[in-house]
Amino acid sequence: MSLLNQTWTILWKDIRCELRSKQMWAGMGLFALLVLVIFNFAFDLRVDNQAAVAPGALWVAFVFASFLGLGRTIAAEREHGSFDRLLLCPVDRKAIYLAKLLGNVLFIGVVEIVALPVFAMLFNVPFAAAGLIPIVILGTLGIASVGTLFSAMAATTRARELLLPILVFPLIVPIVIASVRATGSLMIVTTNEPPWLGLIAAFDAIFLSLSTVLFEHVIEE
Amino acid sequence: MALANKETSAAGDLEGTRSAPQLTGSRLPLVSLILCALTVVGIALALWMAFFYAPTDAIEGQPQRIFYVHVPMAWLGMLSFVVMALAGILYLRRRDERWDWVARAAAETGTVFITLALITGSLWGRTTWGTWWTWDARLTTTLILWFVYVGYLMLRSYMGRTPASARAGAVMSIICVIDVPIIYESVNWWRTLHPTAEVGTPGALPFSVVLTLLVSLTAFTLLYAVLMIQAYQLQRTQTLAQRLRADLE
Amino acid sequence: MSNPYLELNNVQKSFGLKPVLRGVDLTLNAGERMALLGANGAGKTTLLRILAGLIRPGGGRVTIGGLDLREQAREVQRRVGFVAHQPYLYDDLTALENLLFFARMYALEQPRQRAEALLQRVGLGKRSRERAGSLSRGQLQRLALARALLHTPDLLLLDEPETGLDQEGLALLAELLHEHQARGGTLLFTTHDLESAPGRCDHVALLSRGRVAYQQEATSLEREDMLRVYQEVAR
Repeated sequence: MSLLNQTWTILWKDIRCELRSKQMWAGMGLFALLVLVIFNFAFDLRVDNQAAVAPGALWVAFVFASFLGLGRTIAAEREHGSFDRLLLCPVDRKAIYLAKLLGNVLFIGVVEIVALPVFAMLFNVPFAAAGLIPIVILGTLGIASVGTLFSAMAATTRARELLLPILVFPLIVPIVIASVRATGSLMIVTTNEPPWLGLIAAFDAIFLSLSTVLFEHVIEE
Repeated sequence: MALANKETSAAGDLEGTRSAPQLTGSRLPLVSLILCALTVVGIALALWMAFFYAPTDAIEGQPQRIFYVHVPMAWLGMLSFVVMALAGILYLRRRDERWDWVARAAAETGTVFITLALITGSLWGRTTWGTWWTWDARLTTTLILWFVYVGYLMLRSYMGRTPASARAGAVMSIICVIDVPIIYESVNWWRTLHPTAEVGTPGALPFSVVLTLLVSLTAFTLLYAVLMIQAYQLQRTQTLAQRLRADLE
Repeated sequence: MSNPYLELNNVQKSFGLKPVLRGVDLTLNAGERMALLGANGAGKTTLLRILAGLIRPGGGRVTIGGLDLREQAREVQRRVGFVAHQPYLYDDLTALENLLFFARMYALEQPRQRAEALLQRVGLGKRSRERAGSLSRGQLQRLALARALLHTPDLLLLDEPETGLDQEGLALLAELLHEHQARGGTLLFTTHDLESAPGRCDHVALLSRGRVAYQQEATSLEREDMLRVYQEVAR
């Protein structure tokens, strides 16, 4: 069975389980919205300021919502006795990582889909959807690639909700910088902007491959 | 009918030790002593040179001399990080716990140096620009490296002294060591849009400055070696002590 | 007729600081059954988990069906079925969905047919649409058995399989094991039931403090041996 097939099978199983347990979707969506609203009050958003602050507000909301979601798929597996159920099968360990990664991306993606229109409304920002989508997808992929790997590590510790952001925040600095700048440059056209999207893409490529290979060292005893 | 017996012998073999670590001392104490002596001499020389031999900077004045301490600290903080990652890779391949001891030793030592690098960097910025902090690429990356070090120590602490912990640490340091250059570049790009004060010594450096710097680098690297050996021995002793305790239970 | 299907050579495993297996040597021929006895904490479960591919051995060599466990772990796992204390099932999926998932994981042809067939075989046909989380302990154990047999393994590993099973369940287990042996399958199981153990296997092995304290053919076991075994296990 090919890697893709195995990944898809596990992912489908995870989605099914997630849909049935109905736990965190609503919570995460609300959380992202709340952060946006708070930012609206926290920053004095007169019209000329908005474009400068809005991208940052959006991505802060995304990053924090990501952390809520990142632990989810891993925690679900651990709750019922670690990864043993999957490790028992002759499945490529890389497929397990990819499935968890995609699950996380989907999960965070749902929150982002909800948050984006609201973001456009709250900040009165022209919603340049076409340009925003690749940034959001690639940025989320980057956060999730490292986040999935680390949440498998942190999952065994008691303070996992605390430890995960501590470990992952420093690592996703390039993504945060690049995503915010790229989003900002959609709203205000600037000249001499470095290739932010390229940076995110490179980050994704590097850390996706690295994490895929390293994952099995983390989950296998 | 005879029983087919298999003897149960006493000492168990422990995983991860291809050759059991000796509890008795080795050549290391002698090497340590020599290194210590060299280090003391080296640092004394470096400090003397930094204060008396090296010229006073035209622009910054006396405070610029922090440079001779800050640069080695930062250099060793980075070096230790690379050592950590290399030890991690070797641990994953060989599953020899001694490499994990090296990694943990490098983490502890590196944290000390990176903290000092941050402090000296901040002090330097304060004397040059009047602010305690600037978001320039080097200082920012040093700060992030500090977070990574501390995060690593926390992870290892929470996961305990187990093979799972060692593997997690190895994976983390590998990811981080690749990420740090990317972080540096991205902060650099960001900085070109928001030029901020930079902590550093621009321009070509006269020979006396370079010499002093080299001496200082060498001296502090020797200090690093001494500290690494001590930290490694500490890791070894801690592991063996815990093992003995577990055996008794 | 010596045709070792399962061979363990000096298998060791420590968890951090605690050595659990200190050098296990074991051989089992194809088609034979072995009962693994030992006190709690002797390492029986760890040994089974190593054979199931869940844990990497710290040292030593394991050969299953001619394949080295370390080199060809996935291949080995295709031939091994494992029933443990935990059922290794997903609470949120139905009984059928569980088996379907694992059937796909084992890359079986016609996974749905196989899953449904096995569900029927273990008597859970009527419960195919019930969430695994709502099944009783005995039903879960049966489902776990089905999961272990999905891919028709050559080697079956059972960790105290009688626990949680009622009379019907025990009868079913006996039938399934009989079918397994008729196919030429090899069986390694742990049990606390010393009385019936010799009757249900060809070999008996005792694991004590991380090693095989002794190994004996079931037919040549006498009462003194059983007493000694009992003393070992009871300690």
